[in-house]
Amino acid sequence: MMAVSKNEITQDMFQPAVIDKSLQEQVSGPSIGFWSDGFRRLRKNKAAMVSAFIILLIVIMALVGPHMSKYGIDDQDLKRSNLPPRISALANIHWLPFDGKNEQGVDVYKERGIKQDLWFGADKLGRDLWTRVWKGTQISLFIAVVAAAADLIIGVAYGGISAYFGGQVDNIMQRILEVLNGIPNLVIIILLIIVMQPGIPAIILAIAMTGWIGMARIIRGEVLKLKNLEFVLAARTLGASDSRIISKHMVPNTMSMIIIHTMFSVPGAIFFEAFLSFIGLGLQPPKASLGVLINEGYKMLSLHPYQALFPGVIISLLLICFNIFGDGLRDAFDPKLRQ
Amino acid sequence: MENILEIKDLHVSFDTYGGEVQAVRGVNLELKKGETLAIVGESGSGKSVTSKTIMRLLPKPAARIKSGEIWFNGKDLTKLSEKEMQKIRGSEISMIFQDPMTSLNPTMSIGKQIMEGLRKHQKLGKQEALQRAIELLDLVGIPNPEARVKQYPHQFSGGMRQRVVIAIALACNPKVLIADEPTTALDVTIQAQILDLMKDLQNKMQTSIILITHDLGVVANMAQRVAVMYGGKIVETGTVDEIFYRPKHPYTWGLLSSMPRLHSKTDELLAIPGTPPDLSNPPKGCPFAPRCPHAMKVCVEYMPDYTTLSETQKTACWLLDERAPKVEPPEIIAVGGAGK
Amino acid sequence: MGRYIVQRIIYMIVTMFVIVALTFFSMKLLPGTPYKNQEKLSPEMIELLNHKYGLDKPLPVQFVKYVGDLLKGDLGVSFQFDGRPVTEIIGERLPVSADLGFEAMVIGLVFGLLLGIIAGLRRNTVWDYGSMIVAVIGVSVPSFVLAQLMQYYFAVKHHWLPVAYWEGPAYHILPDIALGFGPVATIARYMRTAMVDTLNQDYIEMARAKGLSRPAVTFKHAVRNSLIPIVTIVGPMAVNLMTGVLVIENIFAIPGIGDQFVTSVYTNDYPMIMGTTIMYSVAFIVVVFIVDLLYGVIDPRIRLAGGES
Repeated sequence: MMAVSKNEITQDMFQPAVIDKSLQEQVSGPSIGFWSDGFRRLRKNKAAMVSAFIILLIVIMALVGPHMSKYGIDDQDLKRSNLPPRISALANIHWLPFDGKNEQGVDVYKERGIKQDLWFGADKLGRDLWTRVWKGTQISLFIAVVAAAADLIIGVAYGGISAYFGGQVDNIMQRILEVLNGIPNLVIIILLIIVMQPGIPAIILAIAMTGWIGMARIIRGEVLKLKNLEFVLAARTLGASDSRIISKHMVPNTMSMIIIHTMFSVPGAIFFEAFLSFIGLGLQPPKASLGVLINEGYKMLSLHPYQALFPGVIISLLLICFNIFGDGLRDAFDPKLRQ
Repeated sequence: MENILEIKDLHVSFDTYGGEVQAVRGVNLELKKGETLAIVGESGSGKSVTSKTIMRLLPKPAARIKSGEIWFNGKDLTKLSEKEMQKIRGSEISMIFQDPMTSLNPTMSIGKQIMEGLRKHQKLGKQEALQRAIELLDLVGIPNPEARVKQYPHQFSGGMRQRVVIAIALACNPKVLIADEPTTALDVTIQAQILDLMKDLQNKMQTSIILITHDLGVVANMAQRVAVMYGGKIVETGTVDEIFYRPKHPYTWGLLSSMPRLHSKTDELLAIPGTPPDLSNPPKGCPFAPRCPHAMKVCVEYMPDYTTLSETQKTACWLLDERAPKVEPPEIIAVGGAGK
Repeated sequence: MGRYIVQRIIYMIVTMFVIVALTFFSMKLLPGTPYKNQEKLSPEMIELLNHKYGLDKPLPVQFVKYVGDLLKGDLGVSFQFDGRPVTEIIGERLPVSADLGFEAMVIGLVFGLLLGIIAGLRRNTVWDYGSMIVAVIGVSVPSFVLAQLMQYYFAVKHHWLPVAYWEGPAYHILPDIALGFGPVATIARYMRTAMVDTLNQDYIEMARAKGLSRPAVTFKHAVRNSLIPIVTIVGPMAVNLMTGVLVIENIFAIPGIGDQFVTSVYTNDYPMIMGTTIMYSVAFIVVVFIVDLLYGVIDPRIRLAGGES
């Protein structure tokens, strides 16, 4: 034990101590609300924050990028056909593909006497890939966001109604869902696109038609759980109306699940659009999406690999960042993961 | 009687993001052969950490034994390698966990779960181990053991599962059994059955038991000696009679007064105000001082030494210093005693 | 359990019927004739062909006939391949796709489980972070981007591996990896979560308290129980593989069913599209069903719950 010399402890120390009782019941740390706590966790997650930043950067470039080049998405010029990318400032960095030389090491710019840098090069028809890639990113993002929003609306409505009313309604709606869920997504998407003619509306509809089922299930599960929780029962006992219970209790409490799920359906939609375009069921040229560009680049892969490189890198970056950010959101906001 | 287990000045810390948490701060304990020692205290007092340290089951790398010795059978358990420790776990020292609903593997038949230890420690063959498992189930009072041995945990009720856990713990006739809140998760009626079973088996097998609990009723029922823990330290130890009838530490008084009893004069339950100390920043004086109704200036500054009150009772409190004012224990203890 | 299986089979039949109907009527809604490639056909000849293939009868009649033939295992004849039966073409190409899919699945399971177990056991170490970086990339990067990258680097640029076709073991390497990388990543992520979850369970501490060795605790208790949730993702994963097969076969010019399907879409070969869709759906439904049953067999809590569910 501690060696305490008797001299140190004097008689007067045996007087009653004055202890501030108010401090005792204090819980250490201020109480933090669900949302601010979630944001605090999210901000601490470096990978998620970096991902969010990269997503933001790509979104900005998708909006601004096409205006930075003087060429439009369909400006053809065979003089520029298959022109490799060149950025003069980076031309001397050996491992970057921006030296304006083709696979044989020939400086194509010099050969054809082109002064203007094409940052991402040009395709077979001499169209500026910088413009096309960013325009394509813009279209891909647009499709993904609209499809994810449609997912959300259908899924939340279906799942919410099914769970909230329960009983026979729930029963029938769940049987339908079970049958729909048995149909492979790919079958629905391909049939729909074959019937509707490929194009943005068909792709959005196809992705939304298959994506909402997951959301509906999650919402139904959450609402069923919430329905039986004390505070909802209490509200009901006090005479709150259905719409009030839904808007004041159900929505805020399922919000985190909705946001997390949406964050994962966006990259899912980006992937599906690219996939459909790649197998030729997506957008039709001269329109560009990331999938179309990857498909066009693929045809040139062995001769001019840069044409598939840029859209491939951007779609990969987007999907990786969305997934990491989604993981971060889930870790920060999923009530099930909170201790 | 001889000591079977001796803990000397044990310090255990957890490294967390918030810094070092000193969960156990200098614990001395001895367990005698065949006795039941109860460690009581509220959550976070360090009682579970102490028991897991004996088993060397602390989570790595978060927790570490900073100093101290645990002597068992002429060996210091804190110095043993993981391999050597595996030979002791389950065969010489075993453990019963709090929640029987989660402490059994849901995908393994209970027979297999009992047999695992037997086959490892006693090198039994499959048939012998199965036979022994059936005997053990019978021993812990599970009817129809031949059929039950093939079943899975979800086919048993909570009380029955805890019997299975006890059977696993006792499979290799351990010398020491650590029971970490063995009845907390059970219904009150089942609790008594499980405690009776443990007492019965202890008589048959001469096992020493360390009983971790916050339920003083269980202590009165089971234990011969009690150690009261607070803030990672033992503040008072003694026989059951001493702790229940002649407690000297204000924390023990608080614990006893907060126990509901039938013949109480007042209707209200007494609680100890305040919260346990933050062990990432432990107080330099007595850990109970901030909540103690009799706290003196010295209590805040210095940790008191143990005062030996009898051969068995030791208490760490400045009130026992001759310079301290005389303080009477609360009426409820002085008059009624703790109800046995 | 018996009641559950019967219920599931009924659902499967209903779902199949919906798919068949959906497929059939979608095909009929298509603009243009199925004889796209033979542009120079006269109206009379088209009429003759329509009659030959039964396309001049009313839709319901065609549908009943189609379902009837389907039940007999007859999917009709391809418009494209000069009247060859669809079942014959599928039968010829399916083994190739199944081979590719199976190999990718094995890669996914072996490496995914390995990465997941290591990451789960060595949580918050370099091993964990490394595995999870691989996993995030594998989950995110589309298989067709990865396939192109590998094809360019390993085959076109360095000539280490064949660029395309499906002839010997060396031809399998690139497509298998391109297709299997996604499953590796998915399984690794789920396995890590499951391992972390399982390792925190009380019964793991109990197993250690019995004195079991570390490998025994890890494999008999932790890994075994972590595998149960993994079984549920094997179904969806198999489906993803079926999707991936489409593009991977296309990129590596592998003569499988996916490659055939893309061609059929381009040529409006209705019977071929319908046949492939139905075959794909059957495979999908059967895989999901088997996985559900497997789940029941592995987890005694479900296996022994009887007909309650």
